[in-house]
Amino acid sequence: MSLKIDQDHSRFRNIVRGKIRQNLRRYISQGEMLGRKGKDLVSIPIPQIDIPRFTFGDKQKGGVGQGKGDAGDPVGGEEGEGEDGAGQAGKDAGDHVLEVDITLDELADILGEELELPAIENKGKSRIIAAKDRYTGIRRIGPESLRHFKRTYKEALRRSIASGVYDPGNPMIVPQKEDKRFRSWKEDHEPVANAVILYMMDVSGSMGDEQKEIVRIESFWIDTWLRRQYQGLESRYIIHDAVAREVDRETFFRTRESGGTMISSAYRLCAQIIDEHYPAAEWNIYPFHFSDGDNWSMDDTLTCIELMKKEILPKVNMFAYGQVESPYGSGQFVKDLREHFSTDERVITSEIRDRDAVVGSIKEFLGKGK
Amino acid sequence: MSQFATNTTLPRYLRDEQEKVEKIAKAHGLDFFPVVFEMLSYDHMNEIAAYGGFPNRYPHWRFGMEYERLSKSYEYGLSKIYEMVINNNPSYAYLLEGNSLTDQKLVMCHVFGHVDFFKNNFAFRATDLDAGEHIADPVGRRKEYDPNRRWVDKMANHGSAVRRIVDRYGIHKVEEFVDVCLSLENLIDPWSRFVVRRRESQTDEEPEQVEVPRLKSKDYMDEFINPSEYIEEQKKKMEAERELEKGKFPAQREQDVLLFLLENAPLERWERAILSIIRDEGYYFVPQMQTKIMNEGWASYWHSKMMTEDVCDWSEIVDYAENNAGVMATSGGRLNPYKLGVELYRNIEERWNKGQFGQEWEDCDDLDVKKNWDLRLGLGKQKVFEVRALYNDVTFIDEFLTPEFAMENKMFTFNWSNRNERYEIDTREFQAVKEKLLAQLTNFGNPSIFVEDANYENRGELLLVHEHRGVDLRSDYARETMASLVRVWKRPVSLATQIDGKKAVLRFDGKEHGVRHDAP
Repeated sequence: MSLKIDQDHSRFRNIVRGKIRQNLRRYISQGEMLGRKGKDLVSIPIPQIDIPRFTFGDKQKGGVGQGKGDAGDPVGGEEGEGEDGAGQAGKDAGDHVLEVDITLDELADILGEELELPAIENKGKSRIIAAKDRYTGIRRIGPESLRHFKRTYKEALRRSIASGVYDPGNPMIVPQKEDKRFRSWKEDHEPVANAVILYMMDVSGSMGDEQKEIVRIESFWIDTWLRRQYQGLESRYIIHDAVAREVDRETFFRTRESGGTMISSAYRLCAQIIDEHYPAAEWNIYPFHFSDGDNWSMDDTLTCIELMKKEILPKVNMFAYGQVESPYGSGQFVKDLREHFSTDERVITSEIRDRDAVVGSIKEFLGKGK
Repeated sequence: MSQFATNTTLPRYLRDEQEKVEKIAKAHGLDFFPVVFEMLSYDHMNEIAAYGGFPNRYPHWRFGMEYERLSKSYEYGLSKIYEMVINNNPSYAYLLEGNSLTDQKLVMCHVFGHVDFFKNNFAFRATDLDAGEHIADPVGRRKEYDPNRRWVDKMANHGSAVRRIVDRYGIHKVEEFVDVCLSLENLIDPWSRFVVRRRESQTDEEPEQVEVPRLKSKDYMDEFINPSEYIEEQKKKMEAERELEKGKFPAQREQDVLLFLLENAPLERWERAILSIIRDEGYYFVPQMQTKIMNEGWASYWHSKMMTEDVCDWSEIVDYAENNAGVMATSGGRLNPYKLGVELYRNIEERWNKGQFGQEWEDCDDLDVKKNWDLRLGLGKQKVFEVRALYNDVTFIDEFLTPEFAMENKMFTFNWSNRNERYEIDTREFQAVKEKLLAQLTNFGNPSIFVEDANYENRGELLLVHEHRGVDLRSDYARETMASLVRVWKRPVSLATQIDGKKAVLRFDGKEHGVRHDAP
């Protein structure tokens, strides 16, 4: 249901986000309310914008209160005494306070607006059809749980008036079996878009913690954006050094291995996962690969390119390669890719020098709306 | 009952309750406008509450801000709005869908208290749309009192007027100006409807000859008692003063700064329209601010009386009591207007029932006698009805807050302690408590600011004066507000005030803020 106030509300949100009326931003104060969610205290931020007026300064003001205490006691009683003040509860349970801020969906929208990301074009497959039940009609038979009270009542009323048993002085209506009406449903068919992201990361010795952090930040944002675009987005995680394996999300960001780098191993596994689980005709597929670009040998790089050309690219929406700069100097791989795929729109490469470059890189990856 | 009540979507069982409660309220002597109850879902309730109780307002982001705060605090179970009622004839009151029947009854009782107050308290006469510019006698009124208070319509009209302006000039421009106006919103004269501030006729007359008042004396002593040099000197002084005042504009200080700006500032038509809307709406909310304690106290007094004596049956009384306790709670040492108000009314009722007033009572020093003082006058009910009609918060506290009451209710004053960086209890001494409370209520917590001179230093600049009563203005806000004034006045603006006990003049010329420490 839309409310009249929605417009005012969205204007307020936009001011808070700094999209409009920048001159008001300096009046924004970050208030909070403390709420309870299960066992945890949650802090609910409520940004407030105070319109400046002629008003009294705070500290000289004081006031009149009511309650126990002697002169010199703090107002509101000693801490821990009584059950007042959300502020105190906050102090005691400082550790458990969670932030409830904007939802991830909102975040994704902000990201989309900030980076001017286009909404993603679905690969145009409507082959997967989901069936959904919708209650649209009325039947004479059905389970009691679906009985339509109003319609049943109307039928009963109609019958009793028609048959002359209706007495306005004592308007009692007794529905009979044939009066009963039930809600009935129709199956609706809707095309669904499916999407999977395959994250691949180089975890060879040269990828340090900082590099992983960059990958983590970037993949979080990519994940958030794509989730906004597709419902039921799946993610798969592959790590590789000289060999590749599939891991869960947790491991993906935490593993640090040493050893050489054979990127082809990851691409092979990636192609394999796609073949086994995600038929290209039904899925929007997004492989993302992050590495520092130091591949073991030129031969392996050529294998990679072969794999991409034959196995991966025909099946995916786009292939993204992000090269994180490592302390040992940036690798060659990104240049090789650019050389071979300079004309292929599906391959997007990006070099990520440091954390600040993450934003630009996301824009490079997602800016095409594939 | 008007046709409105039958038109609402209120379910049958609640309409029956309403009729019952209404009958009871009438029997108690309450006298109210017709009340239209409407049932709202929580998000509608939040929406309307954000609009200050009105279904339609002009578009502005701050309503959205309020809505966000209300709905978040509802969604996380921190608070919900039980009742809302607007001062309108007929009055509209809202019930929250999903509240228990006991709660709904409680709300209804409370609402009838409020509406009785709206209709009978003199301060609310200022919201009569058909009363003319000045209300000479706020208490006297026709027998069938049925004023035009169609503020719901007026606010909606304001809404469409502003929307039309927005269509023409764009939301950014208009909203920016609305913000400017809102930052000046509190610069109005709360009593202007009841007092004739400007005496136009005087200015037309030729000023009289300056006459120095002489001390009375016998003829032969006159030269000694009123020496001619002195008289001459005084005469010159007075003439000089009059000369100064001659060119002065406005002739007298004006507290209604907004009106002054409306009449004299170089505004475009649409700007004037908006400023005038903001001013009208500002005045609408004044009586509610002037009678917060009395109004809430009165409604609470009646809901508790009606619920416990007439409405509740034994199965509901515990639920009612719990809810009532929540409303009346004082926590964190803060003053709760509901609680303070209701206790004062009860105190007045008791005192007038027992005759604990008047010279004899005041003069009595014997605590024991005072404690058992009971003349069985039974004037309590009559007195509280009188009080609800003739007082506002300031006079209410001034007249009826007694040392005994303050002690019983454990009242104290508090102040900011620089040493401990916290608010600390200052004293429980009665005079101090009362003074502080009155100071807080005077001009309902707004500084008193006047237009002093519209041709300051003969440069067409605006000079405002802040009547300093012990508390400085908040300086960063003051600077921003000066900027809003300059936006409207289009010329530099100065404000005479005090900072840290010293006289100071703040000035803003559109570019730079300045402070001068010698007063004019």
